[in-house]
Amino acid sequence: MIEWLQNPWPWYIGGPLLGLIVPLLLFIGNKHFGVSTSFQHICAAALPLKAEYFRYDWKKQAWSLFMMAGVVVGALIAMLFLDGDSMPEISTKAKSMFIQWGLTDFSRLQPPEIFAIKNLLSGSNIILLIGGGFLVGFGTRYGNGCTSGHAVMGLSLLNLGSLVATIGFFAGGLLFSNFLVPAILSIK
Amino acid sequence: MKNIKFFIIGIFFGIVLIKSEVASWFRIQEMFHFQSFHMYGILGSAIAVGVISVLLVRTLRVKSFGGEKIDLTPKPFNKVGNLSGGIIFGLGWALTGACPGPLYALFGAGYVSILLVMVSALAGVIAYGYLRPKLPH
Repeated sequence: MIEWLQNPWPWYIGGPLLGLIVPLLLFIGNKHFGVSTSFQHICAAALPLKAEYFRYDWKKQAWSLFMMAGVVVGALIAMLFLDGDSMPEISTKAKSMFIQWGLTDFSRLQPPEIFAIKNLLSGSNIILLIGGGFLVGFGTRYGNGCTSGHAVMGLSLLNLGSLVATIGFFAGGLLFSNFLVPAILSIK
Repeated sequence: MKNIKFFIIGIFFGIVLIKSEVASWFRIQEMFHFQSFHMYGILGSAIAVGVISVLLVRTLRVKSFGGEKIDLTPKPFNKVGNLSGGIIFGLGWALTGACPGPLYALFGAGYVSILLVMVSALAGVIAYGYLRPKLPH
């Protein structure tokens, strides 16, 4: 059993398990699946911000912070006991594209050229991590949801706004992944 | 502690994000280049399970464990906000190779540099919070 769990999980295992969080949250807590609101709660809880957007009783939404603390621990468990940081089984096409982009190490979940601490302060990584992070935070709140809240939960509810947002995710992602990411990585 | 159950669901969520490689930068770039079915299979089957679950809750009028009527009200439809926010998030998703769930998961997996992404994401949230009254939604 453990050995089986240690192999990378194919999409037809991982996807349905991810989808199962929708009914789990509905039954157990009458809550809607979503991650990015937790960012708002962290800001409201930790910082003395005067904007109205952060002035509410975040403690009533604390369940979301508990869930995200669980995600951190779950990932650690996967790492320690389930061989979580093994090489992703990416397609040969993708691999040759990454090699063209100048990446050489495919042994872990994330490319060390971008995520290893010693490479953190290179110009290209600063743009990718700081610039990208800002857009993730700003965009998910402006759009009122991310992959979990719109693409999974929202589409499960057949919500039109979530479909619009999900189309936006892919429009933006396709654009930058195809044009900007390789250009940024070529900066040395 | 009534929130413990959400912590446990989170543990499950974190393991799935890591083991199904949704938290991998490589997988996200591969998805945006249509070079593998993996991510589309994950999202598609997750949505299918969600749609069926919601349908069952609705038709069978299932109650939550607490005995309440399950709330299935979707988020409000904001044409401009959903689309422009969605696109902006998509741009960031490509740059970082991580959506919000995987940010937490990657931190737990020991990728300390993700903290930098996390802090700038929070800066983005704060910027939105202050600009919100001026933005079209």
